[in-house]
Formats: sequence, structure tokens, C-alpha cells
Amino acid sequence: MSYVRLVDVTKRFGAVTAVDRLNLSIAKGECFSLLGPSGCGKTTTLRMLAGFEDLDEGEIHVGERLLSSKKSGYYLPPEKRDFGMVFQAFAVWPHLSVYENVAFPLRIRKTPTPELAKRVNDALLHTNLLDMARRSPADLSGGGKQRVALARALAINPDVMLLDEPLSSLDPHLREEMRFEIKDLQRQYGFSIIYVTHDQAEAMALSDRILVMRLGVVQQVDTPLNVYTRPANKFVFSFIGLSNFLDVEGDGVNFVTSRGALPLPVAPPPELGRGRVCLAGRPSEIEFADTGLPGMVARKSFLGESIDYQIQVGEQNVRVQKGRHSRGPEQGENCHLRFTRPFWYPAE
Amino acid sequence: MSARGQRQGSGFGAPQIILTLSIAILVIVVAVPVLLILFNAFWADGVFNIRDVARVLTEPDTYQALLNSVIIACGTTAGSTIIGTFFAWLVTRTDLPWKRFMKGMFLVPFMLPSFIGALAWKMLLSPRAGYINRFFMDTLGLEEPIFNIYSYAGIVAVECMYLFPFVFIQVCGALERMDPTLEESARISGAGLFTITSRITIPLVMPSILSGALLIMLYSMAHFGTVAVLGIENGIFNIPTLIYERIHQSGGSFDSIRTGTVLASVLVVSAAFIIWLQNRILGKGRYQIIAGKSFRPMELKLRGLRMPLLVICIAYIAFTIVLPTTVIFLVGGLKTYGLAFTLENLSLDNYKFILFDHKLTRDAIFNSVTLGLSAALITMFAGVMISYVIVKMKTRGKGILEFLGMLPFSVPGSVIALGVILAWSGKFGINLYNTVWIILVAYIARYMAFSLKANSAALEQVHDSLMEAARACGASMWQTLRDIVLPLVRPGMLAAFFLIFLPSLRELTVSIMLYSPTTRTIGVAIYTLNEDGETVISAALAGVALILIITGQSLINRFTQSSSSSKG
Amino acid sequence: MATIQLDRVSKAYEGRGVLQDLSLTVEHGECFTLLGPSGCGKTVLLRLIAGFENPDSGSISIGGEVVAAAFGESLPPDRRDLGVVFQDYAVWPHMTVFQNVSYPLKLAGAKEAELRERTQRAVDLVNLSGLEKRLPSELSGGQQQRVALARALAANPSLMLLDEPLSNLDANLREEMRFEIKELQHKLDITIFYVTHDQEVALAISDRIAIMDDKGIISQIGAPLEIYERPANIFVFSFMGLANFMPLRREGATLFVGEGGQVFSGSAPADGDYVLGFRPSDVILSRPGKEAARPGMVAPGFLRGRIKRASFLGAMIDYQVEIDGVFLRTELESHFALDEGLLFAEGEECSVALHNMHWFTREEAAKEGVRI
Repeated sequence: MSYVRLVDVTKRFGAVTAVDRLNLSIAKGECFSLLGPSGCGKTTTLRMLAGFEDLDEGEIHVGERLLSSKKSGYYLPPEKRDFGMVFQAFAVWPHLSVYENVAFPLRIRKTPTPELAKRVNDALLHTNLLDMARRSPADLSGGGKQRVALARALAINPDVMLLDEPLSSLDPHLREEMRFEIKDLQRQYGFSIIYVTHDQAEAMALSDRILVMRLGVVQQVDTPLNVYTRPANKFVFSFIGLSNFLDVEGDGVNFVTSRGALPLPVAPPPELGRGRVCLAGRPSEIEFADTGLPGMVARKSFLGESIDYQIQVGEQNVRVQKGRHSRGPEQGENCHLRFTRPFWYPAE
Repeated sequence: MSARGQRQGSGFGAPQIILTLSIAILVIVVAVPVLLILFNAFWADGVFNIRDVARVLTEPDTYQALLNSVIIACGTTAGSTIIGTFFAWLVTRTDLPWKRFMKGMFLVPFMLPSFIGALAWKMLLSPRAGYINRFFMDTLGLEEPIFNIYSYAGIVAVECMYLFPFVFIQVCGALERMDPTLEESARISGAGLFTITSRITIPLVMPSILSGALLIMLYSMAHFGTVAVLGIENGIFNIPTLIYERIHQSGGSFDSIRTGTVLASVLVVSAAFIIWLQNRILGKGRYQIIAGKSFRPMELKLRGLRMPLLVICIAYIAFTIVLPTTVIFLVGGLKTYGLAFTLENLSLDNYKFILFDHKLTRDAIFNSVTLGLSAALITMFAGVMISYVIVKMKTRGKGILEFLGMLPFSVPGSVIALGVILAWSGKFGINLYNTVWIILVAYIARYMAFSLKANSAALEQVHDSLMEAARACGASMWQTLRDIVLPLVRPGMLAAFFLIFLPSLRELTVSIMLYSPTTRTIGVAIYTLNEDGETVISAALAGVALILIITGQSLINRFTQSSSSSKG
Repeated sequence: MATIQLDRVSKAYEGRGVLQDLSLTVEHGECFTLLGPSGCGKTVLLRLIAGFENPDSGSISIGGEVVAAAFGESLPPDRRDLGVVFQDYAVWPHMTVFQNVSYPLKLAGAKEAELRERTQRAVDLVNLSGLEKRLPSELSGGQQQRVALARALAANPSLMLLDEPLSNLDANLREEMRFEIKELQHKLDITIFYVTHDQEVALAISDRIAIMDDKGIISQIGAPLEIYERPANIFVFSFMGLANFMPLRREGATLFVGEGGQVFSGSAPADGDYVLGFRPSDVILSRPGKEAARPGMVAPGFLRGRIKRASFLGAMIDYQVEIDGVFLRTELESHFALDEGLLFAEGEECSVALHNMHWFTREEAAKEGVRI
């Protein structure tokens, strides 16, 4: 059941196509993330949804309502879209108290006073801000400010909440806490979330589905687990977590590493054929074994919870990460590597 | 402290020498004159005397001057703030055409001396001889002039024209740096553009508006030129013009000095109050509204109002900038003031006369240029040293210097002039009265604030670790100053130099109190020639001054642009 | 030889004591890290060693020579023969890379040819070859920090002081630079005194770490593994990474978890109430009924818990587990969880075994502000 629908949405800035024919449908109550490196078009997409940018092609619908349409030249201004939105830089108004910040959208809608007070208190309660209601947001910490922004977005009880990197101005510890709070709020209020971020762990932790974007083009739309275990292409693989890529070449049966010609114990799927191929593996999915790809430990760093190895394989480097309780070779020793979950991509 | 012996000097070393020198400069140049004013105002015959102060203040003339200063300052502040805020909003938040050009034009009044503007408006709108009034009376047969510039309204209008950039530049800066998501989040909350402007945007930039407004208030209270040109004719005096009038007429009698010092004390106190208020607003109310990364700010679509507003802007620029400037040059070309602007009436004779033949004007130009250069050089170097102590050094006794460093900001020009007269007329065995030296001392005191501001801003950019890195590389304190600090503050020093040199070319408030027949400056010459009825000569000299100033300013602009672009 | 010796050094600012009677020895050729929370006085210590500040009491010597002593002579920073790298790079914006790096050599009076050669060597060492003519404003943050490193290295100091040199860089660059600094140290055989609040950098780079608490007192000095596995006190334990705390209740001779009824089967070092501390990696999750003890781990029995939150983070799955009102964090490698069938949903029951536990008294834990 799709609630938010984007049809062939395209945006160009001069000669650059920021978003290229994006089609998307998001269900009511779903938490959907737009994930990608900076400049991939994710923020532009969100801003088109919010109404801050026009469309160069396509249409945007929410429920029964048409919001933007290039074809019919229709464009509902942002103030009429009834979304909640939270920005990266908090954007709370320093000249208004916390209470007045949250009350603002209701005052604009001329909500009767008792109703307004109830809604504001409700939003403040759910964001743990009741004690701060009379304070100026300038006195609050970054996390406090972002909670005010959340409460303000909640006040009108929106169906759709647009979040633009809302956690990236916070320190890592707070980021994690706020992530859980956002998720809890969604459970209580039942809105859909459209979440823009460049942090893959954040997207993974929060979302029902993730859209991975690159240079304005959709790479994959799937659940977090599927994006991780079945990445659609090399870009998605490299963007989600740490990655190793090893150039290999072979005759279709036996494969050796390029530059070094070390024999490879595994072979790519037949459809990649012969010649140069790229072997990919995550640092945590490579194991030390008695046999396998030979290498030498160039560097071993103890990082607390994990141990980080850099293994020199021929003239290429492979990174391996093991838990702190694991036993591995020492720096300078020779070792053999086994790829437990190898991925294969065509060579570039 | 540690350190004895040859390894690291302590006791009376280099830091103490610099500190003492800095304090000495500020004490001699600023503190002593101000103290002498306060002393002369409140001590009569060696005893503290507040009754006499009250008597002076309640004299009808002085009381009226105080009231006039307040009326004119309030009117000017209100008018300039409205104009400045409106234009700032127009060029930063709307889709007005040619916004960049407009923004540049609205800054032009910054460099035009307001008393020259006042002269121009006198030529245009004086009740009987003003060209505009005459035009309407002659052609339309009106009995009365359409506007009398010799009035409160006239003075306030002319001051507004030249002072509104103080607000304009502050508000433009705040609006441009403001995080656009502050407005976007109001939009997504359901607010329309008008609501956002009135309930979010304007309140957020209010500290900038107020701070600009207070600057105008400070300036207008103590402003001499416009009131002198437009007010005296009709008996309108404010504090500085009354001080000038009394001292000038009585040739420096005890009684006039006394009135002058009392009035000057009022100026000092109100200036200090305004500065204090401004620091409070800036310190407490300045919201953190500056964004890191950002998109283009929202632009209000003016739609049907776009063209009318454009016409208003162009008309404003034409009426307040182009028209007065043109009139100055045209009148400067006339044989006699009052003739029509026809080709046969216009020539370059006046300009040739003042540049090559007339000793008075040639001396004035020479005096202004040499005074400006010397004051700018001295103040630049003194300012860099004092700022260095205040910003970078950790020496005991720095607190005194920080306090003294605030003084130049709160002492208006006419106060400095009076204080300098008191201090350097032989009281301490040195009599500089009637020489250029007394004007130089006064210029240094007057412009020290500019130099301190530019140099401390530059020094604050030089982070301590840049100097510490040099020390760790093996550089001594002097080597660090030479190789790291001075090269890095050079832009600030240059800025200070020009910030002093250009305004001093058109200085009037201080010089008018201190000149002697041989030590006129350009400003004094323009003013006195005009007083003596030599209107065309005065206009020609004003034209020359304008050319000097505009050329200088565009040179600086080119220089600062190229240096900032080369930094990348 | 660049041994640093601090002997009962104290320093106060505006009456507030930052360092008190601090003694410390850094051996020649080691990479010594001073690790502590921000504002604990670790930068002050570095500035004392550099000579930007003087101690109120005590003495500092470098390579056997007393460089600072209260009421004694103090050697100014320019004569201490050291290199300093600052958090904000502090490269001089008006000089090119070459001019920045050659400046210390110029001051030392190096001859033109020698100056060129040694500057070039320092520039090459930090992989900036080809950028000699650039101005710092034309370089990225990482490159600017390399310029600062090269400049500090140019005059061949025997001691380098680094003050949070990586904290303005992004995560990838930080990791890369951290290895580069370590490699430089091995290549050049210099002593490094490194100040940071980032425990991961400290673990990765150091030969020895000193942990300073927020009162300016050094809690422990030791090798990274030793600090991590055998923390001297609860501050060190909780500062070195994500920490779990589990309060135990004593009734007679039996220990119970939290306020619930599950018996904890381990034995406390002595009588009294304790709080157990352990790392997320010391929590072993199993499905109820499938608790096969894993090889090499001594598990003192399984506790029954419930998954409160499950966050899939990509390579890791982060679980918050509740055991009778006590909340624990653990992280599983995703592939391991997939292979072993340990993908829990929120609300599911699980079995928990713990090992590598540290026993802290309740008083200790309360003083450290541990929530129990």
C-alpha cells in the first residue's frame, strides 16, 4: 500500500542532473531512508518532497493529494503540505521559548487555545522536554535543540516526517540515543519517516527499507539486511561498511591475483568468464586459515574490541578485522586468507 | 613567575616595555584630554562644583542645544533604521533585479562626507536660493518654497541619507549569513512568507538592527557638519555646533571653555551609555543564527511589486546620491552662484583656480594630505602595538590597557578637539595651539579606535598556536613577531591605514575647532569658504575632495578584492 | 637521547589546580600517549614540556637536562630541540609548503644546499612531494597536518610533541595518518609524546599509555593490551570503550543479578556488594536451549534475558539485552549471527553468558557515576 509516490521525478541544476527519473513508493508508517554520499541527490529529493525545489519532470503524490506536477504546472507551497521536517542544523528559533517554538505551527493554523496547549504538552512530553518548556532553546545542548525541532515537527501530528541528516550535528553517543528516540516516537505517533543520511549504520539501524543513491541514480531499494547481504553492485558493496577489493585474473578455471600471480582457492561465477575480475570481501568476513590465499601481516593494530590487520597479498593489500578474543598471526608473519563470503564484480 | 638569569628574561623585559609604551600613548593622546574636560567641567577654582554645571545646562541656549541633539539623533536613527532595514531586506531576500549593483550603490553614502551632502542640499533646497525651490517658484508661480532645508526635517533627512548604511550593512550581513533552514522550518510549519518575515526573520536580525541603530545614534548626537551647514542659518544648534560657536566667537574665553566642557561631558556620558548598551545587546542578544553549509536563502517573489520597487530604488539612488553629487560639480563650474546650469555659464576655471592659484585651497589640500598620511601611519603602528598587547600578551597590567583601549571608541570628535585644546595650550609647558601639530594629535586620538578595531580583528585571526609553532621551531620572540605575526596582520594594518587616511581627507568636526589661518584642512576650507559666501569656490573644492575620496576608495576596493581572491 | 622526566610537577590556573605533584618518565624512542577526557589537563602537561607554560612547582627535564623548574631557570621553547604538532595544524598561511617546512632549518642557520636537501627529505617523508610550492589554503586538512608534521620533523628533533593532531580530520584520514605517524616514528627513532582523548587512536599507536582522569591524576600507565584487559580502576575501564555494568545483590552467600531472582554463579573476591564490569564482546548470546559453551571460554552459567533493542548496523548487529532490569550492550558480527542463527527480533528471549569480568565495589561505581 503506497502512500507517498514519486513518479519519474527529475531535477537538473544547469547541466547536472541531480535526480534522474526517480520512481518510488513509500507505505504509510514506513521508515524509509535515502542513503548515499554527499552530492548523490538525496537531499534534493527530500527538498522536492518538502516543496523547496521545483521539479523538472514528474509528479509527487501523498495519499490522494497531488503535491507537485511538472506536466500540469501544479505546485503546492511547502507551508500547505502539512509535513513535519527536521533539519541538520536544528533550525530552532532562538528568539522564542521552547514552548513557543513547538506552538508555532499550531498558532499558524489558529488552533484553539485548549487544543493547542494539549498538543504542545503532548509533544513536549514525548520528547522529554516538559521541564524545559519556558527555557530559551539557546540554553539547550545540541541534543536538546534537536528534540525541540522534533517536538515542533510533531505538534501538528503529521502523516509524513521528513528528516534531513537530523543526527549528524550531534556527538556519536547522543546520535545513538536520539536514533532510538526517533524510532520510539514513530511507534507512538505512527507517521511515515523519510530519512536522508550519508551514514550507512544509521540508515541500517533505523529503516524498514533503504534506497541507495549515487549521482542522482537509484542503485538499490531493499531492506537493510538485503542491502548488506545482497548488494546490487560494487558501489553498494563499497558504500555499506568497510570493503576490500582484489584484482584477479584467470582463464575461466584457475584464477590468480593480478600483480603477484598468487593462486586463488576460489573461482568467480562462470558468467564473469575469463580475464580480469574483481574479488570483494568485507574485513570481518575474511578468516585466517591453514591454506588459502598466501599473505604477510604488514600491520597489526589492537583497537580494543577488535584487532585490525593489514595483510600484504602480492602487491595488493587486504584488510582483515577480527574480534578481540580471536587468535591471529603477529606482525611480520606469513598467513593464509579464506574469504567466507566472497563477492565478484567485473573489473573496471 | 620563574626564570632568573640569562635563560629567560623576566623583571623589566621586552613585554613590559611594550606595555608601558602602549599605556603611555593612550594616556597622553586620549585619557588626558578627556580627563581635562571632566575636570574643567566639574571643578571650579579647585573645588567640586555641581551647581555650576547645572546652571550651564539650564541656560536656555545650552538646554535647547541638548534638546536639539536628542531630537535630531532620534529622528535620524528612526529614519535611517527603517530605510536601512528595508533596503537590506530588499537586496538579500527578494528577487529584485540588479541586486548586486543596488547593494553597491547603497554603500556609496558611506564614503561621501555628509557636510558636503548638506552643502549640496543647501544649494538645491535653501528657501530662496535653492535651485529646486526656485524652479518651482519661478515656473509654477508658487509663493512659498516647497521645502525649507534649514529645518529639523531637513537636517534629519540629510543625515538619514548618509547614515543609513550603518544599519544597511549590519542587516545585510546578518541576513546573508543566517541559516536558511530557520526560515524553511517556519515554512514547513505552515507559515506564509509574510508571517515568516515578521515573526521569524525580523526578530532574528533585531540585534543587528539595534546595533546599527545605536551606531547611528552615537554618530548623530555628536555630528557637527550637517547641523553646522543647515542649522546655524535658522538658529538650530546641537551640542557640537554650540561648542564650536561659543569657543569660536569668544576666542577661547574661560566662560566659553566652561560651557564647552560641560556640553562635552554630556556627550562623553551619553556616548559611553550608548556603547555600553550596544555591548549588552551584542553580548547577550546575538543569536547563533549562522549556518555552516547552506543552500540559497529563500527569495520572496515580488511579482507585481517588482517593477515599482525597482523604480523606487533607482529613484532613491538618483535623488540621494547622483543629484547632490552632480550639483556640487556643476556649482563648482559656475562663475557665480545662482546662475543657470547652461553651457556658457560652466567652465573649469574654478577648479584651475583652487588647484593652481589660490593659496588657501592649495594649502588646505596639502595640509589634509600630509596630516592624513602622518596620522594614518602613526595610528597604524601604534594601533598594531596596542592591539598586540591586548589580544596576544599575557602581561600583568594588561587590564588597564584594555580599559584605555575602549576609550577612543566612546569619545566623539568635538570632545577630542576640546580636550586637545585644554591639554596642549601650554598647560603642560607645550603649546601647540595654532599649529598643525595640534590637529595631528587630535586626528591620532580620533582615529585610534579604527586602528584598534582593524588590528585586533586581524590579530585575533592569528591563532596562538601559529606563534607557538614558530617558538617550537626555534624562533625567538622577536623572530616570531617578524616572520609570523607581522606578515599575517599586514592586511589589517593596511586596512587601518586606509580607514584613517581617507576619512581624514574630509575631516571637519575636529579641524574646525583647531584650525588657524595657515592650518586649514580641506574640510575647514570648504566650510569657511561657504560661510564667507564663496559658494562656487567652496563647491569646486568639495568636488575635488569627492574625486580624491572616490579614487582612493576604488583603489582600496581593487586592492582588497585582489588580495582576498589571491588567498583563494 | 630524549627521555622526559617530570618530577612532582604542579600547575594551577586562576587558583584552580590543574596538575598536582605529577611525576612521569617517558623513555627514549617510545611512543607515549597521554589519554584522558577533555579538560583533564593533558594539554597543559604537553605545554609544560614544550615550554609554553612554566610549572608552579616541580621540575621537568628532557634528555637529562633540567628545562624547567619552579624558581629556577627555564629554557624557552625555541631552545628545547623539539617538534610540536597542534590540533589546528598551525601551518603559517602566508608561507608555501616549502617555506613552512624549511623555516626551522633557516633559523638554525642551515646552508642553502643543505636546507634544500633536508626540507625536501622531510616533504618526501610525509608524502607531499610535488606540493612544495602550494600555499596551505590550497591543501586539504590532511595535507595541512602533514605539512605540520614535516615542519616538526625538519630540524631532526629527538622529541615530538603531538597535541590531538588527528581530531580535526575525518575518520578515514584519521586512520591513515595514525599509521603514518607510527611508521615515521619507527623510521626516525624519535620519542613521541602524544596527547589525545580518543582511546582508539591511543590503543593503535602507543607503546605505552598513561590514563589521566578529570582531576588531572594519572590512573594507570601501561601497554595498550594491559590497559584494556587489566584496567587499574573503574575509571580506566569505562573510559577505554563501551562498558557494561551489572550490579549484583548479596543475600547471605548468594549473589543475585540486579533486583531479580536469577542467581549469579560466579564468586565475588570478598564480601560486600559488587558491580560487574565487562565489554560488549564479553557478552555471549545464545538461543535458549542451545547454550553450547563455546570453546576457550569459561562461562559461569547462563542467565535468561530478553532482547530490548536490535539494531542492524551493517557489519555488526547491536543488541540491547535486559536481564531483570539490568541493561547490557553487545555487538555480534553480522555474518556470525547469520551463520549461527543469532538474528534476534526485539522482544525475543535469549541466554547470556559473561566472561572477562571485572569486579568493582558499589562505592567505587557510585563515585564514578555509574548508573545502577
